[in-house]
Formats: sequence, structure tokens, C-alpha cells
Amino acid sequence: MTGAVLEALASHWRRNRLQLLTLVLGLALATALWSGVQAINAEARASYDAAAATLAEGRFHQLMPREGDSMPQALFVALRRAGWLVSPVVEGRLRVGGTAVRLVGVDPLTAPPSSAASEALARTDLNRFLRAETLVAGPEMAALLEANMPNPVLVDQAVAPGSVLADIGVVQKLLGRAGRISRLIVLPEQPLRQQPLADIAPDLVLQRADGATDVGRLTDSFHLNLTAFGFLSFAVGIFIVHGAIGLAFEQRRGVIRTLRALGVPLRRLVVLMIAELVVLATLAGALGIALGYLIAALLLPDVAATIRGLYGADVAGTLQIRPAWWLSGIAMALGGALLAAASALWRLARMPVVAGAGGRAWALGSGRTRTLQAAAAVVLLAAAGVLAVTGGGLAAGFALLACLLLGAALALPPCLAAILRLGEAQAVRAMAQWFWADTRQQLPGLGLALMALLLAMAANVGVSTMVSSFRLTFVGFLDQRLSAELYVDADAVADRAALERFLEAHADAVLPIMSVEATLAGLPAEIFGVRVGYTYRENWRFLDAIPAVWDEIEAGRAVVINEQLSRRAALHVGHTLALGPGLSLPVAGVVGDYGNPIGQAIVGEALFRQTFPAIEPSRYGVRTGNPQGLRRALTEAFDVPPARIIDQAAIKAFSLSVFERTFSVTDALNVLTLAVAAFAILMSLLTLAAMRLPQMAPVWAMGTTQRRLAGLEILRTVLLAAITAVLALPLGLALAWVLLAIVNVEAFGWRLPMYLFPVEYIRLMLFALAAALLAALWPAWRLSRMEPTGLLRIFANER
Amino acid sequence: MLLSIEDLLKSYPGPEGPVPVLRGVTLSLDAGETLALTGESGSGKSTLLHLVAGLDAADGGRVGLDGQEVTALDDSGRARLRRSTVGIIFQQFNLIPSLDVAANIAFQARLIGTPEPQELSRLAHALGLEPQLRKYPEQLSGGQQQRVAIARALAARPKLILADEPTGNLDEATADGVMEQFLALVAETGAALLMVTHSPRLAARLGRRAHLSQGRLA
Amino acid sequence: MNARALIFLLLGVGNAFAQGFAGLGTDAEGFAVPEPGKRFEFPQDHGAHPDYRIEWWYLTANLTGPDGADYGLQWTLFRSALAPGEAEGWESPQVWFGHAAVTSAATHLSTERFARGGIGQAGVIAKPFAAWIDAWQMEGDSLDRLQLSATGNDFAYDIAMHAEGPLVFHGAGGYSVKSAKGQASYYYSQPFFSVEGTISLPEGEIRVRGTAWLDREWSSQPLADDQNGWDWFSLSFDTGEKLMGFRVRDAADSGFTSATWIAADGAVTPYGDGKLVATPLETSWVEGREIPTRWRLVLPDRALDVTVGALNSQAWMGLSIPYWEGPVRVAGTHPGKGYLEMTGYQRR
Repeated sequence: MTGAVLEALASHWRRNRLQLLTLVLGLALATALWSGVQAINAEARASYDAAAATLAEGRFHQLMPREGDSMPQALFVALRRAGWLVSPVVEGRLRVGGTAVRLVGVDPLTAPPSSAASEALARTDLNRFLRAETLVAGPEMAALLEANMPNPVLVDQAVAPGSVLADIGVVQKLLGRAGRISRLIVLPEQPLRQQPLADIAPDLVLQRADGATDVGRLTDSFHLNLTAFGFLSFAVGIFIVHGAIGLAFEQRRGVIRTLRALGVPLRRLVVLMIAELVVLATLAGALGIALGYLIAALLLPDVAATIRGLYGADVAGTLQIRPAWWLSGIAMALGGALLAAASALWRLARMPVVAGAGGRAWALGSGRTRTLQAAAAVVLLAAAGVLAVTGGGLAAGFALLACLLLGAALALPPCLAAILRLGEAQAVRAMAQWFWADTRQQLPGLGLALMALLLAMAANVGVSTMVSSFRLTFVGFLDQRLSAELYVDADAVADRAALERFLEAHADAVLPIMSVEATLAGLPAEIFGVRVGYTYRENWRFLDAIPAVWDEIEAGRAVVINEQLSRRAALHVGHTLALGPGLSLPVAGVVGDYGNPIGQAIVGEALFRQTFPAIEPSRYGVRTGNPQGLRRALTEAFDVPPARIIDQAAIKAFSLSVFERTFSVTDALNVLTLAVAAFAILMSLLTLAAMRLPQMAPVWAMGTTQRRLAGLEILRTVLLAAITAVLALPLGLALAWVLLAIVNVEAFGWRLPMYLFPVEYIRLMLFALAAALLAALWPAWRLSRMEPTGLLRIFANER
Repeated sequence: MLLSIEDLLKSYPGPEGPVPVLRGVTLSLDAGETLALTGESGSGKSTLLHLVAGLDAADGGRVGLDGQEVTALDDSGRARLRRSTVGIIFQQFNLIPSLDVAANIAFQARLIGTPEPQELSRLAHALGLEPQLRKYPEQLSGGQQQRVAIARALAARPKLILADEPTGNLDEATADGVMEQFLALVAETGAALLMVTHSPRLAARLGRRAHLSQGRLA
Repeated sequence: MNARALIFLLLGVGNAFAQGFAGLGTDAEGFAVPEPGKRFEFPQDHGAHPDYRIEWWYLTANLTGPDGADYGLQWTLFRSALAPGEAEGWESPQVWFGHAAVTSAATHLSTERFARGGIGQAGVIAKPFAAWIDAWQMEGDSLDRLQLSATGNDFAYDIAMHAEGPLVFHGAGGYSVKSAKGQASYYYSQPFFSVEGTISLPEGEIRVRGTAWLDREWSSQPLADDQNGWDWFSLSFDTGEKLMGFRVRDAADSGFTSATWIAADGAVTPYGDGKLVATPLETSWVEGREIPTRWRLVLPDRALDVTVGALNSQAWMGLSIPYWEGPVRVAGTHPGKGYLEMTGYQRR
């Protein structure tokens, strides 16, 4: 019996290949979006993990020198002998063949078991690592090292890009830092007895694992955007799959009745249909993963560039197929298909064997379902409101996103129906009246596809608002931070005093830029010294500041900090910040800082020079009305290479190009999401075409041409898409607000002001309409070219 | 006795409460017997047929078929009964549109085992379907489609054939031709036949007649 | 297996000690090799011998709590050289590792430490005697009077030890042969320690007293290439007499045995291959391995016929180099206590 039933079920696909194609393609596209995003995320995360593991940052507590950048090796031995399980790390930069390479020296005998050091060591042995002084590096570094270093080189993927791992003794020798170590990793498990840290090493500070230097944590913000996008594409995908499966089931309703009338038990039928679905979903899932791989492979170079540009964290620009996203892709296809099929199967199981009349429209929700949906929408939107007011943390942010989007999707059909009813009331001519009524009648069938369009459009509006707001803020920030016309590299000229004199004589103002790395409020930070002048007074915009902020800075009586430091150390205007031994100053202002992960403190030039007499300016900002002239004069007077003089425009352009790359990925995913929504519309229209013939045939018979009818079909689809797109706008803005005001604060540590971009929204809306138009064209073309007998049959045979 | 129906009750929900369709029908049929069930539209003919086939559940009374209590069977029991004991021929033919004629004819027989190829070709020959075997239902005329449905029902060798207006969708000439072949084949197989029809002319060709009016046998 | 265990196996450091010794049979190139007729010099020889490949300071103690319950503890410092000799700082080719364990009838807790030579994290000096790795140490003015301590993340101990007898030299005056092919080590012991102190277990601190046995052994080629593990006994009988005996197993499983009979006054009688017969009586399932935890030991020359049973059959050292090591009880002609170590039992 099973064979006969399976054959009957499968023969449907043989005779309806287009439908099979749409089902498989719909599932595959949804899976592709999902797994593409997952692939990018997984790949980048793996790179960070390697980076973090090489640094041993993030996962372990560490002991750092309270001052300076190193400590004597004897402290390591003293701590071990006092019962502390710590492992030494020495690190520094070495120029190898013109490239700055990050050297990390570890002691393999005491390194934590799960660190990159021990991962890499699993592939070598102590003799090679210690005695032969082997360097371990990722594949992209290996060639460089082999060409320039006498040491043997071992290639290992576990080592972060740009880093080289070696024994601590080897690295101390290469860096010329014998007997010094940079920091100590504290192993997670410590013995029962140990002496207090303060007794043995009072000059070390314990930095907890969740320190702000954790590169993985920083870059998580970017992944958060991608993950949010992944969920959105998943949602859009589920709508398509739901539609495709609902259609496949609905079209076979008659066959299923016949099978049951012929004595096939319901249970067997349901099991076989689930089996069929599993096979199809697995196939489509595999196809989708392959597609996702393609998407990821195309986008990954951008992602790698983005992350490197934004955070300086290296992502290897190659894609590896990871089991995790294969599995998640297949699981998504299967889970999505079964989830989408659940209601269809449920309806099937409850369907009486003998039907009253022919099939109802497959998605034609009963009044009760519609009421339930509307109620769910109200509840979800209310929950979103509550979360927005009371929620805190990333989880709440995501829950808010989910409630908002799902609630809005469910609210769409009632809203559309209400709007169409309004239109119907306005209509005077018979044809117009029919048009509105018929459009409304089509709603249940197109509902899911329109929900997909709503979500896709809202995602686009939300993400582009976020990106554009970011961009605007960022450009303002660049204007503020790069306000001088020229920047001269201080190292370019041997006689620094002469250079200063020359600049003082020729420029409107000279702004020496001095900075030193420091630990402020226990966090890694930089202290900047600035020469207060009109440049700062006019260009800087503070998030919060006392009125005479620059006077206080100039007099060395106060400090300005960036938003990152303010948020992380809970420091606000009026609080006191310790800049070093015996130097504490009140915070006079907090300034937005969007290009830099760590904290900054800004003090006046005089105070800086007095506190850090050894630090010379690294660059000079130069204000001038004639940048080209001054540039030439500088080159002639000091023989400064042109590359050592940077003009503001170039820096800005570079910074912006880095930033633009960041979101090129998001842009590409935007287009894909919209394409998927268009596909959903196309499929729904194809499905509805056959069912709608009985409604069209009388209108045709009463004297309307097929061309006109087809035109109305297109108009109808575009109208529905347009209303949906308009409704998507507020939803998208709400989405943007959640991303900027909640998710971004949690991830980046700063809140972005939200700007509106009407032109961008119009562009997106036209995009969505174009998508709907494209989707409507083919079904309409089919209608206009249909043989009259097709319509006549409606009258001859009432199904 | 092959089929015994006692005091069968059935009503359907309506806007103003349940609408009774069968109000106590009692009827019996012996093996090999043929019975025509006539009556006006809405008299409950099709409902009676559905209850006998176990396609729907009765509200009261009992249906005994081939020693089994149809009204006491659960869903899977009724499905088994339909596969093995009953052959149903619908007014709308109810063929499987994605299978060709040969596969449709063999279908019900395959549900209960392996059909004999000679039997299938004998039926196809007797019903004049041989040129159509590789065609799909949508390529056939109504008369041809109903012949396929008849062949499908007979190929499974049921003890009881239930036919619901089998020629209701056909013109008179075609209907006569189909009915001729149908009755001849039923007689050949020795199956009992319960046929719903509104045509007195057709009813006259069967062994017994019963008339249903307002849910009761006249 | 964690990465470090793998390092050791690849490296061959572990091979001198770990199971699966099939790879060893080294030619000891560059390393000094034990020769018969060595004149030991003390206290220098209590210290490290960096020209030899491997060396250990191996202490086991049988202890009794206030309620009469039996306990055992182990403190071991291993030295393993990547190359002969010593150097300053990270250049040192010496690698040190320490094992510590506490055993009761119900629990067995163990842990390990690793360190590089040359930087002061671990080492041994002879006068005043100090052997240490991290915070674990065994030290005193001389080997006769020592303080011993170690701590893991779930146990710790701190005991004082006092030697009540002389050093004891195994084999031919401290030249101990390990195989018929002549592989040998330098091997002497101080089996006469009386100890008292405190052990800390998760359930609390326990005052203990008892006896301890220190083994000193160094070599460059301890096993022949067909030998794959050993069973090693150190037994203290109630009479005050002691027995050290081992069986090095080979592929044919006939084994190579050696024993030292130690009179109560420290006088020794060595017994060469075949004199001591060790027969497993019972095995226990430990960490996926079948391990003999009850033995019959027969030394006809001394009319010795005893059964040796583990206090805790699960005394498994689940460390980078895994092996079985725990206290035993002795019954039969010569009742007493002792320690048993078994290496080279493979996972099934």
C-alpha cells in the first residue's frame, strides 16, 4: 500500500514541476539567507576566537603591570612558588621583511590547556618548539617568515592572522627583552592554598576576563547586526516556506480525499506526507547551503575588510565549510518546513473525507482565525511597548525586536483590509467597485507573501536608517577630530624644533598631537594632550560639558573623556578621574567617539608635557588657508616626503571608505531579502491565478478584455505592495530605534542619534514596488495570453 | 446477508440547529444483489451511501457489512473496510490526476496487494480503455474517466460496489453505454451493487429498487 | 588526551615513564649512561644530574588517621632532559614535572605541575636539601629531616619526616639492572622515614602519622625496547623488615624481576631476575583498563608468601602520563603495608 500511495503523492510533483521548483527554491532561498549569514558569522567568529586565544584575552583573568608595559620574569617565578598558577606571555611587534608582525611568546609548560598555544603545540613537540626555536603562524604569515627568518616555521590555523607564536625564550631574544614579560595569564583553576597577591606582587593588577580589551567582545557588535539580519531573513524565509507548503497541500486536497475514500488510513497518509516533506526539505536545505556558501564567499572579503577596518582585528579572508553551519542550515530547512507544514497537516487531519463542495481557497482564514491573529498582534505589540520601556540588556533588545516584527506582521492583513474597505467606499464606477472588492478578496491568499514583503521592507528601512545615522554621526565626528587642513608626521623631520618654528611662522595655527597609552579607571585607555585654540573651541561638540570646558582644559584644571570611558567607568561631568600618581582632575566634558574602541582622556598641552616629559608630539595638525602652498613649502624647506604630510580630505576619505565597506554587506543582504519577498509574491500569485479564474471569468464574459483584466491584476498587486510598503515605514523606523537606542548601546557602548532619510525610504519603496511589479508580470502575462476556452470551462464545469 | 442497515440516523449542523438528513433508514442487501436507491435531491441518498462506505459517521442506528459493524469501527478500521470490501464510484470520478489511466486502474488493487495483470487488461479491454492507458485523466472525456473509475473499483474485487450517480455527469447516450458495460461487469464479478440514481430508467435495470424521501425509505 | 600529554608522548619524555614504552629503547646519545661500580657522593648525589636523561625524587607514605583509618600520599618530582646539561634561563633543556596525590579507602585525589629548568620555578639542590616545583616542596638541612608539602585544587598536605635508618642501595651497590639486555639505573632509597603531619581533604583536615619511603633514581635508558611497563612494590612489614621489588613486563609477558630485601637495621640483600615471583590474583576495572589490584608475591629465599591488596582499587593517576599508584595492605607470612605502582596498562 505504501508504495502505491507514495507513487500517487510523488506523481503530483512529476506533473507539476513548476510547483516543485517553487517549493524547493523557496526553501533553498530561505536556507541560503540563513546559512549565508551564519557562515559569515561563524567564519568571522572563528577568526576572533583564534585571535582571542592567541592573545589569551577574554577567556582568562590576567595580571598586568600597574605601570609600564612589562614586568620582571622573577615575578612569574615568585608567583608560581607562592601557589599561583600563572603563565607568562611576552609580546611585541617585530618588523619582518617590512611588515610589522605581532610576536607572542608563551611558555608551553604552563600555558592553559585550551589556549591557542597548546592547540598549536598539539601539532608539534617540545624539542621542535623549544630547542629548534620554531615559529608558529597562520598560513598567510608563513611565507613571510620563511623568507625572512632563519627559524623553522610551522603553519597552524589556530594562530590568529598577523600573529606569530613562539616559545617565550625565543620571543624575548627576538624582541631584545630578556628577563621581561608582558603579562601573566591566570589559569582558571587555582590550588587550595596560595599567598595573597598583594604580598608577592603589589605592582600587578588583576584584569578580569571580561576586560574591555577583549577583541571578540568588540567585534560582537558587528555580528549582532548580522545576527539580527539572519533572524529577519529566517522570518521572511519561513513565510515563503509556509506559503509553498500550504499550496502543495492544498492542491492535493482532492487527491487526498480520493485516497482516503479508497481506504488509505489517515495516519499512514500523514506519515508519508511528512516523509515526503523531510526528503524535499533535506534536498532544498542542501541546495540552500550551497547557495549560502556562495553568498558568504562573495561577501566575506567585504566582511573581513570591514572588521579589519573598524577594529583592527584580522579575519582571514577565506571561507571554510564548518559543520556547525551545515547542521544549522539543514536544521533550519527541516525545522522551517515542518513548522510551516504543521498547520497544513493539522487541517488535513481534520478534513472530512467527504467534502461539502470543492476546495476553499487554501489560505482563506476563517473569521475565528482572523480574530485570533488580530488579538495576537495586539498582545505582541503591547509586549514590545512594555519591553521598550522597561527592558534592559541585549536579550531584552532582541525579544523586543521579535515581538515588534511578529506583531506587525500579524497586524498587516486587518490593516490592509480596512484600507481596502475605505477605497471600496469611495468607488463609484462598477469596475472600480469590483476592483476594490476583488482586491480585498485576494488578501487571504496573498497575506503571507505580503507579510514577508512587510518584514523585508521594514528590515531595509531599519537597517538603512541605522547605517545612515551612523554615517552622519561619523562624518560629524571626523569633521571634529580631523579639523586641521594638514597633518605633518613629526618623525619626518630630524630637527623637530626647526619644524615647529617653521610651522608657527607659516600656518594660522599649529596643533601638536601627543598621546600616551595608559590605564584609566582600570581600563586600557589613551591620554591625549591638545593645544587649546579656536579649532577645538569651534569644532568640538560635547555630549555633556561644563560651559567653560576649554578654559579649564587649557589651564590644566580638568579633563575631557570620550563616551566609551564615560559609560564603561560610569564617569560623568563633575566626577574625578585619576590620570596617574598624584594627578586627579575633574571631568569637564564627555565627547562622542565613534572610531575607537578604547577610552580616551584629553588634557591641555602644558599639563601633558609636564606629566609626560618624555612624550614628543607624533604629529602636528596645521590650520592654514593654503594647504597646497604650505605643503610645497614644507617639502622644499625640509625635504619632507609627500607621504609624511597628510591632508584632511585624504584621511576623511580613507576613514569613510573603511566605514562604507562595513555596510556593503548589509546592503547586499538587503537586496537579497527583498528578492526573496518578491519571490514569495510571485509564487502566491501563480497559486491564486487558477483559483481566481471563476472570479475573473464573469467579468470577462460581461465585456472586459483579457488585457484589461491582466492590467488590473498588475495594478492590484502593486497597490497591495504599495500599501504594505507604506505600513512598513513606521515599522522600519521602530526597528531602527531599537537597533540604535538599545542594541547598539549594549554592543558598541555608545548610543547613536537617529536621523531620518526620506529620500532613502522613497528609493527603498520604489525598490519594493519594482519587486512586486516584477512578481506580478508573469502571472498577468499568462492571463492575457490564455485561450478563451480556459475561461469558458469555468462556466461549463463548476469544478 | 452482505449488508444490513438498521434504523440509521444522520443530521448535519445548519444555521438554525441540526438538519436531519436520514431519519431511521432500514435496508438490507444480499451478496450479488443489485439495488437502486432513488429519491429527490437532498433526500439523503448520498449520505446513506457515505455512511455505508464509512466515509462519514452515523448519529444512530447500525450498518453491518460483510460480518463487520461499520458503525462501531474506528477510522482505521473503516479505511481497511473501504480498501478491501467496498469499491466506490463517484459522480465526479475522483481519479488521481497525476497518475495515468493504467496506474489509476491498478491503484486500489495495489492498496490491498498485487493486482493480477490479466485482470487489469481484461477490465481495460472490456471497458474499451486500451488506447487510453498511457493518457492522464485530464486528457479523457467524462465517459472515459468514469470507465476508468469503474475499472479501478472492480479491479480490487470488492464484495460491494457503491455507486453515487455514476453517470450523472454524462450525456444520455454516453451514460447508457457506460452503464451497459458497468452492469455487465458487476454481474460477471458477482459483486453486490448499491447505486444511487435519480433516473427511474436506470433504476429499472437493477434487481431491486428503494425510494428515499425526506430521510425515510418509502 | 590533552595537548600536553601529546607533547610528552611525541617528545619521548614520557616514554621513559609512561605506558606504551615500546618506542624507547634509546641509544642515549649525548647523555651519560649508568655504569656499574659507581661511588655515590652525598649530599651532591641527592641533587640533580642534568647529564642523565631522566631522574626522580619519589616519595610515598603510608599514614593512619586518629580513628585508625589508612591513608596514602605521594609526592614526586621528575626531571626530564631534552638535551644533556644545564643552561641559564629559558635556554635550559631541563623540563620538570611534579605529581602529588592523596589516597583514602574511598577517594583518590591527584594533580600535576610542569616547569622549565633554568628560571627557578623548579629544581633540586643538595645542600641544604631542597626539591621544589611551584609551591610544592621537600626541604630540610639534610635528607634525614625533611618538611614536605603540596597543594592541589581539592587537597593539600604538609608533613614532617625523620629518617630512622640508613640509605639503602639497590642492585649492585646502587646499580639497578632493569632488563636482561643490561638496561640499568642508579637507584637508592631512604625507606626508614617516620612521619607526622596534616592532610587536607574536601571533607576536612586530618592529623596523620606513619612511615614514608623515598626513592632516588636516575638513568638515561631505563627500559629495553621490548619492555612495555612495570609493577613496582615497596613493602614495610610489621617486623621492621622491608622489601622493594619490581617486575618489568615485556612483550612476551615473562617479565624481568628484581628485589631488594632490607633488614630492620638497613642491611640489604639483592635478588636478581626470577627470584621474586609476582602473580596477579584479581583485577579491577579502572578508567577503561583492566588493572591487577591484588597480587601474590613469593620470594622463596626469604620464605615470603604474601598477598598484596590495594587500599583503594581506583588509585588512578589521571594525569598527562596516566598510571596507577596507591597504598596497599600486605597479608600472609609477612603482614604489613606499602605502596604499589603500575604503569603501561593499556585502555581496552
